[in-house]
Order: sequence, then structure tokens, then C-alpha cells
Amino acid sequence: MRLTIKDLTQTFGTTRVLDKLSIETGMVNSLVLVGPSGGGKSTLLRILAGLDIPTRGTVTFDETVLQRDEANLRLYRRTIGTVFQSYNLFPHLSARENLILPLVHVHGFSRDDAIARVEEPLRRFQLHEHADKRPAELSGGQNQRIAILRAMVVRPKRLFLDEPTSALDPEMTAEVLDMIEGLKDSGTDFVLVTHAMNFARRVADEVAFIGDGKVLSHGPSKTVFENSKNSRVTSFFEQVLR
Amino acid sequence: MSRSFAHLIVATAVTCLLVLACFEVPGDWNWSGVWEYRQKFISGWLVTLGLSLAALVLSVAIGLVVALFLGARNPLIEATGRIYVEIIRGTPLLVQLLLGFYVIANAVGIENRFVVGTLVLAAFSGAYMAEIFRGGLNAIPKTQRDSARAIGLTQWQSFRLVILPQAVRLVLPAIAGQLVSLIKDSSLLSVIAISEFTLNAREVNSFTYSTLESYVPLAIGYLMLTLPLSATARWLESSFSYER
Repeated sequence: MRLTIKDLTQTFGTTRVLDKLSIETGMVNSLVLVGPSGGGKSTLLRILAGLDIPTRGTVTFDETVLQRDEANLRLYRRTIGTVFQSYNLFPHLSARENLILPLVHVHGFSRDDAIARVEEPLRRFQLHEHADKRPAELSGGQNQRIAILRAMVVRPKRLFLDEPTSALDPEMTAEVLDMIEGLKDSGTDFVLVTHAMNFARRVADEVAFIGDGKVLSHGPSKTVFENSKNSRVTSFFEQVLR
Repeated sequence: MSRSFAHLIVATAVTCLLVLACFEVPGDWNWSGVWEYRQKFISGWLVTLGLSLAALVLSVAIGLVVALFLGARNPLIEATGRIYVEIIRGTPLLVQLLLGFYVIANAVGIENRFVVGTLVLAAFSGAYMAEIFRGGLNAIPKTQRDSARAIGLTQWQSFRLVILPQAVRLVLPAIAGQLVSLIKDSSLLSVIAISEFTLNAREVNSFTYSTLESYVPLAIGYLMLTLPLSATARWLESSFSYER
């Protein structure tokens, strides 16, 4: 994917969360957004995922400009996948029903076809024996992997992951990160917001450091992590990587 | 000890105490006089059952629609729902029945008192249902709507498949309580001369001068309507539950 953002501004009331943010990536598989909390990463990701409409500015993925009306954005959301920090699975449905729901109600699968389609991924990620449990009966890591599968089974053009491991303890973080790394190996494009810096370094084709609603540093991960000229960026990494 | 066995023990104990208390009532019981009028009890009970069932279904539908009005972004729609709820909740059912039958139904030309009675009762209960439903819908976290949008559901799909099933579970106990109230409130329909259960029991009392003998069957008859309803609600609640 190639992502181009021009003068993206997002204001909530009088607060300006994104301030004329611009970026132009190369042809990448994975783009990772890092930076301090409250800097605008998640706000940016919600716009990229078609969940929020920005106050001003344009977003272009591979020559396709993101529309600003709900009907078109819904069509757009059907072509992508989004994973949230708190999984946001539907608590009244079993893991399997959570996976089937978008296939049946959005993508026109019959129930039987949908069940058949989710079977293989459930097995591959060792979630098969938990498929009939509801989210409350699963661990955080299992829930997040189900949530990633829910985004994946519709074969999206690309995935957006908003701090997918921030609500997990370290053991579970590993199993979720492994799964995301698998995405990269399978060639699925994704944009990831994360605080797991070492992981960001490993999977990112390009990293963008977002702070104060702007891109403070952007480039291949080595450039951003080691050779950034921005003092805000270097002091942030000194803090978190210490 | 199982829960239902415990219920049985306590219910039996309470019944025994009440029966014992009845033996302490001075004077003779006149069950035979009341037995003569058993047909009146049966027909009244059936009228109450029919009216309540119809009003019950209708009031849930009204409650749901008005709850959506209350949450509407359009201020005119929200105001319509709000004013409906406040007027209905703020005035006595007695007055609503009289105005509904002698003024409104008269004006629009509905003469069937059963139809008017059911409609007024459903409208009355629906206002309370609306507030219960609204509370339930508001209690579903915003992240669920986000998640529904993210997978590409339409607003209606998101409501039907994600929000409503979760809200129903939350509001079931309160809705069951409201439906029990509805059944008992139906006794007020006697003011527009519907021969429902309570009116018929009062008539038997005036024929036989046997007050307790007329009203004890009344209490039992209402319990026969409300207990199955409560039991159904509890069963639904347990089959809808999805948290540990």
C-alpha cells in the first residue's frame, strides 16, 4: 500500500488533536505509528479506518481518496479490517458467531459457507476448542486473537490495529504479536498503533512518530528509532527504551 | 437445596399462616354463596387475561419505538417522545381511561370499549417501558457501536444484531416487573364498564355480602397470571445471560 495524507486536521470542540498532519509513504507492507499518548495516533487510525470523518484534509490509499460521507465510508469499511485495543467482540455471541456475523450479514455468505470458512483459521491459531465460548469465558489474548481473526476472515485489503496489546499482560502480548507478525509474513498490509517499541522496530517497513498532532519523524524504522533529528523523538525513545 | 424447592417451602409456609389467620376471623364463612357466582369469576378472569395479553404485546412495541424517539438526534422527534412519557407518567391511569374513552375514542369514532381499554393500558405501560428500554440501550458501551460500524454493519443491522440483544438482557427484570404492574392495573378498566376480573369480584361481593370470600379468589386469580409471567422472565434472563 501507499498512503498519502495531506493537511489532515481533526478538532473536537476547541481541542485540535491532529494539526495539518501530512505524510507520504513509499510502497509498504506495514506502517507503524508510535509516539506519546494523546499525540493523535489513535485519532489518525480511526480516520484511516473510516470510523471518523476529519475536520479537514485528505487521505489517499493507492490513488483512492477516502470519502467523507457515511454511506461511502461504510462501503470502504467493508473492504478493510479494524482491531481495537479492548477487542470489542460482541459479548452475547460465541467466538465462532463473532467471526461469522460479518460474513453472513455484510458479505452475503450463507451460514454454512461462513462456518466452513472460519474453521481453518480457528484451527490454525489453536482457537478451535474455544470457538463455542463467549468472550467472557476467554482470556484477553484469546479474545484479541479472535478479534484479529474477525477482521481477517473477510479477506480485507488491509488491517488497522489500534494498540492491540495495550490491554494484555506480557504473556498474552506475545501470542498476539506472533499473530500480527504472521500477518506480515503472509503479505497482508497493515497500519499498527503500538507502544511495543521492539516489536514496532521488527515489523515496521516504515515508522511514523506522531506527536502534538503532527508527524515528528518518519521513515524506515532504523532511521526513526536511531537517527531522528527531532529532539522530542529522541528523548521519547530514551525514556521508553531505557 | 435447590432454589425451586426453597421457593416451594417458603410459599407453603406463607399459605399455611394465611389459612391459620383466616380461622381467627370472627363469624362464619360463606363460600357456598360465592360458589354460586363462580361463572362470573371465570369470565372476568378470562377478560383480564385477554386484555392483559394484548396490552402486554402492544406496550412492549410502544416502549421500544418511544425509546428510539427519546434517543433520536432530531429534536422534534426527541421532544415528541419526551412529552408523551411525561404526560402519561404524570397523570393517573384512571383519568387517561376516562378521557381516552369518553373524549378521544368518541372523537375518532371507536366504540368498542375493549379496544379502547387495551389501547389506553398499552399506552400507559408503554411510557414506563420506554424509559426502561432507553436506559438499557444507553448502557451498551459506545465501543460496541464502533465495532459494529467497523465490520461494515448498517445502523439498523447494528441495532438489531448487536445493541438490542444486549440491551434486552439488561432490561428483562425491570420489564417483567412492569408487565406484572400492567396486569394489576387492568383492574381499573372497570371504570369504562369492562366486566374484568376485579369488577366481577366486586359485584359478587355486593350480591353476597361476603367480602373476603369474594376477594381471596381475586388475589389467587391475579397470582395465576403474574407468577407464570415472572417465571418466564427469570427463565429468559438465565438463557440470555452471557457473563460468568
